Amino acid sequence: MNQARLTQPSAMVTAGWKSRLGVVSRYSALIVAAVLFLIPFYLLLRNALSPEAELSKRVWRWWPGTWEWGNFSKLFGNDQVPMLRGLVNSAIVATLQTVGVVIISGMAGYGLARIPYRWSNLLMGIIASTLLIPAAVTFVPSFVLMDKLGWIGTRQGLIVPGLFQAFATFLFRQFFLSFPKEVEEAAQIDGLGYFGTFWRVVAPNAKGFTAAIATITFIGSWNAFLWPVVVGRTKDSYTVQVVLSQFITAQNVRYAQLFMGALVAILPLLLMFLFMQRWIVQGVERTGLGGD
Amino acid sequence: MSAVVAGPPAPHPTGRRMSVGRRLLGDQNRNLWFWTFVGPFMVGLVVFVIVPIFWSLYLSFHEAKGTVSPTKAVGFSNYTEMLRDPAFRDSLKTFVLFAAIIVPVTFALSLLLAVLVSRTRVMQTFFRSVFFLPTACSYVVASLIWRSSLFSGNPSSLANTVMRHFGENARAWIERPHPPWYWLVISSARLWLQLGFYMILFLAGLQRISPTLYEASAIDGCSAWQTFRHVTFPQLRPTNVAVLLLLLINAFQAFDEFLNILGKQNGYPPYARPPLVYLYYVALKEQNFGRGSAGAAILTVIIAVVALLMARFNRGDERR
Repeated sequence: MNQARLTQPSAMVTAGWKSRLGVVSRYSALIVAAVLFLIPFYLLLRNALSPEAELSKRVWRWWPGTWEWGNFSKLFGNDQVPMLRGLVNSAIVATLQTVGVVIISGMAGYGLARIPYRWSNLLMGIIASTLLIPAAVTFVPSFVLMDKLGWIGTRQGLIVPGLFQAFATFLFRQFFLSFPKEVEEAAQIDGLGYFGTFWRVVAPNAKGFTAAIATITFIGSWNAFLWPVVVGRTKDSYTVQVVLSQFITAQNVRYAQLFMGALVAILPLLLMFLFMQRWIVQGVERTGLGGD
Repeated sequence: MSAVVAGPPAPHPTGRRMSVGRRLLGDQNRNLWFWTFVGPFMVGLVVFVIVPIFWSLYLSFHEAKGTVSPTKAVGFSNYTEMLRDPAFRDSLKTFVLFAAIIVPVTFALSLLLAVLVSRTRVMQTFFRSVFFLPTACSYVVASLIWRSSLFSGNPSSLANTVMRHFGENARAWIERPHPPWYWLVISSARLWLQLGFYMILFLAGLQRISPTLYEASAIDGCSAWQTFRHVTFPQLRPTNVAVLLLLLINAFQAFDEFLNILGKQNGYPPYARPPLVYLYYVALKEQNFGRGSAGAAILTVIIAVVALLMARFNRGDERR
């Protein structure tokens, strides 16, 4: 240990028994943790593909006795559960909110970071302070506002209030502050205004970061529960989370179908997340979220 | 709104004649450009966030049962009623208890995972992905798995199977308030969902620590624990503060898993109601917007005080 020179935190020290023990215990801990983290996914998959009768049995089963793929068609054939409508609504809401947040917050973040304006710091302070105010405070009056607008039980009621995300604006601003200024100055000398600079020079170079924000927004929107349960009060405006939640607390639940519904609801997100997580990790590193 | 965002850039008014207009537009029309970029967002923020906040404040000083355009001002009586209401005080206690469990445990475990993952070469991406993956899962789906499979009262649930392995009887994890096993159920669901996200924040923080500091501590012959205690942890301070604040605000907003794990078709049990669940019932089910708003205002003050104290504490630390 003494003669060792660590060049990086993860660098290995001399191959003494002590460090070997360290490696072994580290990997054991990680493997145990990984197994624990995967158990819920395993249970979801097992239950979604089990015959209904097996789920109420009093004995543990590792895998379904017979793989019941029919749960899928039974779920979508169940008139009492508007699963398909929930999925369609969630897809529409999440897509429109993601596109909207990226454009609205992206432009606002750029303006706050790059266009000199006398009250820009004051505005930033207001935006940051709304971050500290919990949804608990705003959901009652927001509900009231929706009621006045006649937006209860409509898709615009689900979508529009979620388009203005202070956190996304804040993150975009942090990102654009770290963007090399020389590139933009060159573009402006070439005669591009703020608009041209943003859309032709800055935006094409912010794809990775935008992908990260888009992924986080899409996931947040798809998984949202409080607002959809408050505003989406008619069957036409149920999102998939509301459909599942009502299914959970209903009586005579068909558990196998319910788990199949949950599986269908998270599978697209898990796949998207696996592809996009690289950008999220880079985005967190780049903006120094939680640091600086 | 979308017209402003997607439409062509606004024409440049020359404004030579009007000096007031000239001032409003700013040097090289900068003010105009600023508002073209920031305007849509600010308008939305004002309409959908800031106005509701002040409206809520207004409602909290009025009698507003079943109406949102109240006429009768009642001073602080909504506040005093709320503070005297045992159910509201219980919800505050529930929040404090929940935060006391979830904040330190998430903090410690996500930091531990980040340190373990950062020191791993082989399969680092695999482990990171596994821990980060539940972030994509919704609280509703997690509640379903926890409630109906992992911790269901059925002897075949995973928790009861494990219990039987250790010679214990199957138990109802969720349905009974005593002993309060439901805390284990609620907390572990949230841990599973959010640990990975905070681990990513810590991983980013760990990367920013200069390698020379580790070299120095190695030369000084520090043990792994000493290095963590005197180099890693103090260097992570900005991340630590941000994580604590985020954890606290998120614990305060707990709603989804409580409603979906403990809720039943005929309502919510009388115990373990966090503030948001309580307000949901007061404001939306009983339609008492005045009291609901007063409760929300009390909670905001509590959060703001804690956040300011933490910022204060953080700055004091920096000076030292």
